[in-house]
Order: sequence, then structure tokens, then C-alpha cells
Amino acid sequence: MNSELLTEFTYFILAIFVGIEVISKVPTILHTPLMSGTNAIHGIILIGAILIAANATSPLEIILGFVAVLLATLNVVGGFVVTDRMLEMFKGRQAPAKQEKK
Amino acid sequence: MNVWIALAYLLAAVLFILGLKQLSGPRGARRGNQTAAVGMVIALLATIPLLHFTVAGIVVTLLGLAIGAPVGAISARRVHMTAMPQMVAAFNGVGGGAAALVSISELLHQGLHPAFQIGFPSIFSMVVGGISFAGSAIAFAKLQGLITGTPITYAGQQVVNAFIAIAIVGLAIANLVVASQPIFFVPLLVLALVLGVAFVLPIGGADMPVVISLLNAFTGLSVAATGFVLNNFALIVAGTLVGASGTLLTTLMSQAMGRSLANVLFGAFGQIQAGAGAAAATAEGKTVRAGSPEDVGTMLAYARKVIVVPGYGLAVAQGQHALKELADELEKRGVEVEYAIHPVAGRMPGHMNVLLAEANVPYEQLREMDEINGEFPSTDVALVVGANDVVNPAARNTQGSPIYGMPILNVDQAKNIVFMKRSMRPGFAGIDNELLYDPKTIMLFGDAKDSLTKLVAAVKAA
Repeated sequence: MNSELLTEFTYFILAIFVGIEVISKVPTILHTPLMSGTNAIHGIILIGAILIAANATSPLEIILGFVAVLLATLNVVGGFVVTDRMLEMFKGRQAPAKQEKK
Repeated sequence: MNVWIALAYLLAAVLFILGLKQLSGPRGARRGNQTAAVGMVIALLATIPLLHFTVAGIVVTLLGLAIGAPVGAISARRVHMTAMPQMVAAFNGVGGGAAALVSISELLHQGLHPAFQIGFPSIFSMVVGGISFAGSAIAFAKLQGLITGTPITYAGQQVVNAFIAIAIVGLAIANLVVASQPIFFVPLLVLALVLGVAFVLPIGGADMPVVISLLNAFTGLSVAATGFVLNNFALIVAGTLVGASGTLLTTLMSQAMGRSLANVLFGAFGQIQAGAGAAAATAEGKTVRAGSPEDVGTMLAYARKVIVVPGYGLAVAQGQHALKELADELEKRGVEVEYAIHPVAGRMPGHMNVLLAEANVPYEQLREMDEINGEFPSTDVALVVGANDVVNPAARNTQGSPIYGMPILNVDQAKNIVFMKRSMRPGFAGIDNELLYDPKTIMLFGDAKDSLTKLVAAVKAA
């Protein structure tokens, strides 16, 4: 195992723990927006798509690159916008704090 | 890699983590999404110096961005709140598809014997991304009503799926050990797509949110694997974050439905269906009491306390504004109105909260299941609007029912029950609800929005 791979593997393992820790206490009402938000974050595949599309030369590479960039852009843009729209609904409202009887 | 690029990626990773943290609390949720979006922009800009454009490359990249961005933004803006779940499925699927395509492109470059640390993640990313793409497409089709939402099963299905999975592992090993070439990895991609379809088909429409969440985690892992192939820190960290948090979220979601993840995925649903069919047959002989809007309106107007149980039927009919109007009218008369929100009401957890918030229902009136369940015995009327499975006592009483063990709203303890439904058809889980035949239940048939509008008039007249 070379040192670059070792470093990458370290990031990978640490990111697993961070990913679990960071959302460990999420109220049910936020499950959907959170899923949608994480969905937008994996749109980072756009970086990968652009990396392969940028230096495409053969027709096959060009097609693969184009479709990959297109799909990844849909993922990242659509993902963030749809999440924002869901969360917009909660705007200006208090968190469901203590219930008080009228 | 340039130091500045590495630092920009690190900043992006920090923003993703902070964004997720904020997203998991109600106060900062919207800001959290924006934080993550800023991280994304930074990561993308930082990548530009890494690129070596060919002419064709720059054209297709810009073209892909120019088409994808407006289409993504407009479809996300335009989609109805009710169609939100399938929209998320679609965006997840295209992400998985993109990851698979990137891996294929890399595989074509790698030659016959790439190093294991490159060859393995390439194959992994292609297979998992392919499963996510095809599975999300089926989830989308089920939720959109393009194909039936009921589980599609046949004899020996699990065995067939297991064989596909074994074939995938076999071909993957062949590609890594013998030689990396299209005769191995093209069939591998096809099998991954087939498995994605085969894996989601037998899962019922009501469980789609859990499936989408799982496929979301899959796409995350696939993206992380692509990161190993391309030696890209941003992809590894962001992909892994999504993979890990998505897996946890998936288990949290199945817990909210009172089921284990394995139960959702490899579904007892298919097997128990026969037993549920028998139960439905016994219900045939029973009678239901159908009421007019006037009857129900009068009953509501003279109640002291009404609990509304909203479900997907309300969302489909876009009846949330009419419901709010009815509640206002009742409150004017001094009736106490509250809303009981089941954790999985609608098609996704939190779906109802979003919908009712849109109609300006005060947040304080939305009560979670555990809080409100004790109040049903002192409730005069439980008004069930387009919900069914989440109030089905079979979840408490009938062992062997597909929903047995799922926590439900104790609507059966209320003094009167009104079911607003389009027909006697069972709910999304496809099982009969004995509560519909209960002597204290009145059925009000019709479109939820129409019926609610009629109820408003009836309450005014009462």
C-alpha cells in the first residue's frame, strides 16, 4: 500500500465516523429534508464527471463524459433546490418546543 | 496536488459536515442546506485548475452544465409537494448513473491489468452506481404510479436475485484477476442494472422512502469509490459522509415504521400477502356506515375536541388549505382542534409537516404520535383524512399482518371516528382495515378536498 492510498483510506474511515456521528440525533420530521440534502451532496460526482469529460477525445469518451456531466448536474442542482424548497416551508416557525395547553 | 486545491477541498468538506449538522436540527435546517451548497461551489471551483481541456471536452462539459442546471432547478421548483419523494428518487438515480459512467470511462482507460487499488473501486463504483440508478428508476415509477405500487413477486424470486448477485461477484473477480476488459465489465454493468430493478420490484410502495434512502447511501459509496479511482479527496470525503449518514438514516426510518431494515427489504410483505387476503375476505360480509357531509359537519360543530389525522389522500387531493379552513371554522365555534402526525404519514417521514406548514397550520397544533396518543380517549371526533395504514389496529392486534408491530395512532379509542376516503380500497400496504367497519365509524366518501369544502359549508350552517 503506497502512502497516497493510505492517506485516502484514512480519510475514508474517519469520514464514516463523522457521517454517523453528525446526524445521530435527527427528529423524524427532518428525515425527508436530510435525505434530500445528503442526496444533493453526493452530486459532488460532478467533479468526477467533469474530470473525465474535460479531456475526452474519442467519440465514446465524449458521449460518456457528456451524459455523466448532464446527470451529475441534474443531481447537484436539483438536489439543493428541492431540499431548499422543503425547508422553506418551515421558515419563520419555531422548533416544536414544549407543547403548551391552551 | 496543489496545496491551494487541497485546502479548498478541505474547506468544502468542513462545510459539508457543518451543513449536515445544521440539517439535523429544525432551527438551522435551511441554513444547513445552504452551507452545503456553498461547500459544493467551492469544491467545483477548486477543481478547475486540475482540468486539461480538449476542444471537444470543453464543449461537452459546458453543454452538460448548460442543459443540466436549468432542467434540474426548474423541475425541482415546479414539482408538487406531493411528488417530492419521486423527485428525490430521480435526483438520486441520476447521481448513481453519473458515478457509474465515470467508472466505465476510467475502466476503458486502465488497460488489462490495473493495480488493485484502482481496479477494485472502479468495478465497485460501476456496480453500486448502476444498482442505485436502476433501483431509483423503479422507485420513481412506483411512486409516480407508472407501475403498480404493490409488491411484484414471483416464486423463487429471492433465489433468482441471489444468483444475479453471485454472478456479479464472479464477473467482478474475473475482471480483477483475469483481465479488465469489456467482455467482463459490460455484462457486469448490465447485471447491476438488472439487480437494481429486481431488488426494488418486490418492495411495496409504502416502503419506498426507506429504499430511496438506502439507494442514496449506495450512491454516496459509489461516489466515494470513484474518489479512490480519481485520487480525489473531495469525492472520497463527501461520498463517504453520504454513505455513512445515509445508512444510519435508513435504519432510523425503518425504526420509525417499527420494522427492521431486513424486514423492509427482503420483505415478509410478499409472503404474508396470502394471509392478509384471507383477512380481507372475512371483511366482505361486514357493513360500513356512510354519512353525508351535513351529518359529519354537525357532529364536528358540536364536538368539544377534534383530532385530525392527515394522510397521503390529503396530499394527493391538495386539500391542506381546505382542511385549514375547516379547522379555523371549528375553532371559531370553540372546538379544540389538533393534528396527529404519524412519523410516516404521507409517503415520507415529515411529508405531512411540510404540507400543513404550507397551509399555515400553526406548528403548535401539529402533535407527534407519542405525545397525542394518550388524548384519543378524551376526543369526541377523530377525523381521518386520507390516511389508513397508520391508524389500522391490525398493527397492534393481528400477528402476521404485514404491518404488525408498527406503532399506530390510537384513533380507535376516540368516541367517534370519521374516515374521509375515496373508496373502500385498502391503504398503501394493501391490507384491510377493520376500523372502517367499526360501529362508531362514519365513512365520508369522495375526494378529500371536495369533502372538506362541503364540510366547511356544513359547519357554517350548523
